[in-house]
Amino acid sequence: MRSLERWGLLGLAVVLVVALPTLNALPAGSPLRISDFTLNLFGKFLAYAILALGIDLIWGYTGVLSLGHGVFFGLGAYAMGMHLMLEIGTRSVYRNVLPDFMVWNQVTELPLFWKPFYSVPFTLLAVLAVPALFAFAFGYLTFRSRIRGVYFSIITQALALSTWLMFNRNAMNLGGTNGLSGFKSIFGFTLNSAATQRGLYVATALCLCGAFVLCRAIVRSPAGRVLIAIRDSETRVLFSGYSPAAFKLFVFVVSAVLAGVAGALYVPQVGIITPAKIGVLPSIEMIIWVAVGGRGTLLGPVAGALGVNWLQSVLTTHYPDLWLLVLGGLFVAVVLFIPDGLVGTARKLLRRRPRRGDADARLVGRPDEGRRPEEAKPRTEVRHVQAR
Amino acid sequence: MWRPLLLALALLPGLAAPTAAQGAGASPSGAVAPPGPSAEIVKQLADVASADAAVQEGAAVALGKTGDRKILPLLEALREGSVYVRLLPGGKKETVIVGDKVAEGDKTLVPLFRAYGREPIVGADGKPVLADLTTLGEVPTGRSLRIAIRPLIDAFSGQSDLVAPDPATRRAAATKMGYTGDAATRQVLEDALGKERDRWARFALREAIALIRLRTGSETERVAAAEALGRLRSANAMEPLYQLASDAQAPAPLAAAAREAIKRIERWGLFTQGIEIAFQGLSLSSILLLMALGLAIVFGLMGVINMAHGELMAIGAYATFLVQGWFTAYFPTYFDYYFLVALPFSFLVSATAGLVLERGVIRHLYGRPLETLLLTWGVSLMIQQGLRLWFGAANVDVTAPRWLSGGIPVMIGVQLPYNRLFIIGLAAVAVGAMYLLLFRTDAGLRIRAVTQNRGMAACLGVRARWVDAGTFALGAGLAGLAGCAITQIGNVGPELGQNYIVDSFMVVVTGGVGKLLGSILAAIGIGGLNKIIEPGMGAVFGKVLILVLVILFIQRRPSGLFATRGRYAES
Repeated sequence: MRSLERWGLLGLAVVLVVALPTLNALPAGSPLRISDFTLNLFGKFLAYAILALGIDLIWGYTGVLSLGHGVFFGLGAYAMGMHLMLEIGTRSVYRNVLPDFMVWNQVTELPLFWKPFYSVPFTLLAVLAVPALFAFAFGYLTFRSRIRGVYFSIITQALALSTWLMFNRNAMNLGGTNGLSGFKSIFGFTLNSAATQRGLYVATALCLCGAFVLCRAIVRSPAGRVLIAIRDSETRVLFSGYSPAAFKLFVFVVSAVLAGVAGALYVPQVGIITPAKIGVLPSIEMIIWVAVGGRGTLLGPVAGALGVNWLQSVLTTHYPDLWLLVLGGLFVAVVLFIPDGLVGTARKLLRRRPRRGDADARLVGRPDEGRRPEEAKPRTEVRHVQAR
Repeated sequence: MWRPLLLALALLPGLAAPTAAQGAGASPSGAVAPPGPSAEIVKQLADVASADAAVQEGAAVALGKTGDRKILPLLEALREGSVYVRLLPGGKKETVIVGDKVAEGDKTLVPLFRAYGREPIVGADGKPVLADLTTLGEVPTGRSLRIAIRPLIDAFSGQSDLVAPDPATRRAAATKMGYTGDAATRQVLEDALGKERDRWARFALREAIALIRLRTGSETERVAAAEALGRLRSANAMEPLYQLASDAQAPAPLAAAAREAIKRIERWGLFTQGIEIAFQGLSLSSILLLMALGLAIVFGLMGVINMAHGELMAIGAYATFLVQGWFTAYFPTYFDYYFLVALPFSFLVSATAGLVLERGVIRHLYGRPLETLLLTWGVSLMIQQGLRLWFGAANVDVTAPRWLSGGIPVMIGVQLPYNRLFIIGLAAVAVGAMYLLLFRTDAGLRIRAVTQNRGMAACLGVRARWVDAGTFALGAGLAGLAGCAITQIGNVGPELGQNYIVDSFMVVVTGGVGKLLGSILAAIGIGGLNKIIEPGMGAVFGKVLILVLVILFIQRRPSGLFATRGRYAES
C-alpha cells in the first residue's frame, strides 16, 4: 500500500510538472494541446493548492482554525507585486520610474520601504520572511495567552478585516483599492509571452510538490504526532510535558510561509493583486477548499483547492448570481454530510478492512474521532435522559 | 353655456365664489377659495408691471412692507426675472409669474402662476394653463430694482418666520438674519427677543443681534458685541471674529476682544465635541450590545459561534423596510407609526429565522464549535445572496418617522438626536428585560442551569433541547431588534451584517462568554473607542488599534472581563 501510494503521488507529480506543460508546448491546432488560458488557470489553482496545504497543516492536523490566512497570502503577493511594479520602470503609462498609482496620488519620491524591492534576492527573501515574521509575532501573542478554539478564529478574522482595511488606504502607498497591476516582466522575462507563463506554471507545480513533501515530512515526524495530539486534546498534551504553544507557533509560521509563497506565485500569473484577495471572505473561502477536499489528509486540500476553484470559475462565468449561494451551500453540506471531505470519505470507504502498518491512517484520516471528551459528553447524556 | 362664465369667474382672483369654484372644479385650493388680496395690493400688483422704473420700485417696496407672506413669491420672481403680464379676455392686464419652460413643437410654453400667493392658474378642464411665452409681456427688472428688493426679501421672510409657531423655524430665521441683517433688522430682532419665550430661540436672537452689532455698531458697541459673542460661546461667530482678529486695520481693543472671544468659543467647542463623540460612541455601543447579547448567550449556552448573527440583523432591518412599504401602500395616514409595528415585527421575523436555523442544522453540531462556525458562515453567505437577489444589491431606503428626526438641544452647540437617544433607550430596555428574564424567571433559571452543566440539568428534568432552541431564537430576535434600530442611523444593504459582526465578536471575546455585565462594559468600551479614535486617526486605524488592544487585553485576561472562577482544566 505504502509503495503504491508513493508511486501514485510520483505519477501525479510527473503529470503536473512535465506532462501538462509539454501538452501546452505542442504546436497550435494539435488535438491534445492545452490552451495557454487553461494552463494559466491551472497554474493559479496550483498556487492556491500550496496555500491549502498550509491551512491543512494548521487546521486539519493541529486543529487550529485560522480565518486570516488571506493576510499571509496577501503579504507574499504584495512583496512579489512590489518588485514587479518596480521592474516596470519607465514602461508605465506615465513614463515615470514611480509606479502609476503613486503618480496619481502625487507621491514624488519612492517610499523608503519600497526601495529594497528593486533587488531580486531581497524580494524572494521577503516573500518568505514577511509572512513568517508577521505570523510569528501574531502567533506568539495569541498562543502564549492560550487563545484557542473559536476565540482564535475570531481574532484571526478581525486580523483579516483590519489588514484589508489598511491595504485599502491610499496612504499605505500600496495602490489602495486598485492594488498592484500592469506588470510587464518578471526577472527580465516578458510576462505576456507563453513561454514565461509556462515557466511560471512549472515553478508553481514544483513548489507545490516541494510543499507536499515538506508537509508530509512534518506530519510523519514525531512532531507531527504531537500536532495531532494537540488537535485531539490539547490539555493532555500540556499535562504530558509538551508545550502546545511552541508546536502551534511552529506550524502557524510554516503555514504562513506556504501562504506567502502561494501569493508570490499567484501574482505574476494573474497579473494583479488587490486588497479584495486578502479580506474576510477570501480568507474563509480558503478554509472551504480544505474542508471539501478533506482535512487531515494531504491530498485532500490539493484536490479541494483545484475542485472548488474550478467550480467557481465555471459558475462565475455562466451563473454569476449563483456562486455565493453554492459556496454557502458547500459550507453547510460539507459540515453536515461529509465532515471528512472527499478524500477522507473516499479513504474511509476504501479502508473498510483494517490494514497492517497503517498507524497514521487511524490518527490522520478522521479528525472527528478524537473530539475532546468534555465536548462530546453532554450530547450523549442529554439523549439518554430524553429517551426515558 | 356655463363654462365660459365659470372660467371668467375663476380667472378673476378673489371673485370666484366657493360654490361656483367647487362646481367647476377649477379652484386651485379645492373646497375653500383663499381670501383675496386687498384692493391696495391689487393696485400695487398692477404697478409692479409698470414700465416706469420709479413706479415699479415704489410698488415693489410697498408690497414688501405689507408683511403679507403671499407677496414673497412675487418678490423672488422679480429678482429672477420671471414676472410677465398677460392680457385677459376683455382687455384687462394681469401680472403673473411663469414657471419652467416646456418645449412643445417649435413653441415654448410656460405654466402660469398667480402673482399673489403663486398658486397655479388652472383652466376650465382642471389642468394648469400653459401659455406661449411670446404672447406674454416681460416685466423688465433693472439692477436698482433688484438691489431694492433683496433686503426686502430677507427681512420679509425672516420677519414672518420669527413669529412662526415652531421654535425651530424661529431659531433658524434669527440665525439667518444675524448673518445678513442691518440696523433695521436688529430692531426687529430686539422686538422679537422681548416676546420670545423659548430658551433656544432667545439664544439664537441674542446671537443674531450681537453679530449685527459686531458688523454695524460703533466701536465701543462692537467691542461689547465681541465680548457678548464670547460669553454666548457662539460657534456661528467664529468667522467674523477670526476676520477681526487677523485684520491689521481693526482697532486694538476690538481685535483683543475678538481674540479673547475666539479663545472662549474654541474651548467650548472642544467640550461640546467631546460630548458629541461620547454620545455617538454610546449609541454605537448600544447596537453592538444588542448584537453581542444574543451572540454571547448562545455561545455560553451551546458553544455555538453564530456567524450568521449579522445576517439575522440584516433580516431585521429588511423586515423594517417591508413594514414601511406596507404602511406607505395601505395606511399612509399612519405612516409615522410604522416604526412601532416594525420593532416587534423585526424581532419576530429574525427570531423565527433563528429558530429555523437552530432546528434545521445547528442542533446537529453541538459541542463542535469550529464546525458550527463554518456552517453558520455558509448560511450567512446564502442569506446575504438571497437578500441581494430579492431586494437588489443597492441599499434600500428607510425613512425615519417624524417623531424620530430632530433632537433635543441640551447645551449651546450640542443637540442630542432623537434617533440615537431612542436606540440607547431600546438597548437599555433590552438589557433590562434580559436581566429580568435570566435572573428572575424560571426560564432564565433553566437557561443558566443548562449553561453551567448541561448533563446535570438534563438529569433534573430540564428539557435542554427546548432551552437551546428558545435561547437561540431569543438571541436571533435581539439581533433583529438591532437591525430595526440600525435602519435609523445607517444604511440598509445586503452587506449590513458583515459590517457589524466582527465588532460584535470583539465584544463577546472581551466581555467574556455569557456574562451580561461583561458584555455591557465591553460594548461601551469598544463602541466608545471606535468613535474616540475615528476623528483623530480615521476609522481604519481605529479598527486596527482596537484589534491590537483586544489582543493585548486577552493576554492579561484570557477568558474576558469576568472569568468564571473554578477549576476548569480546559480554560
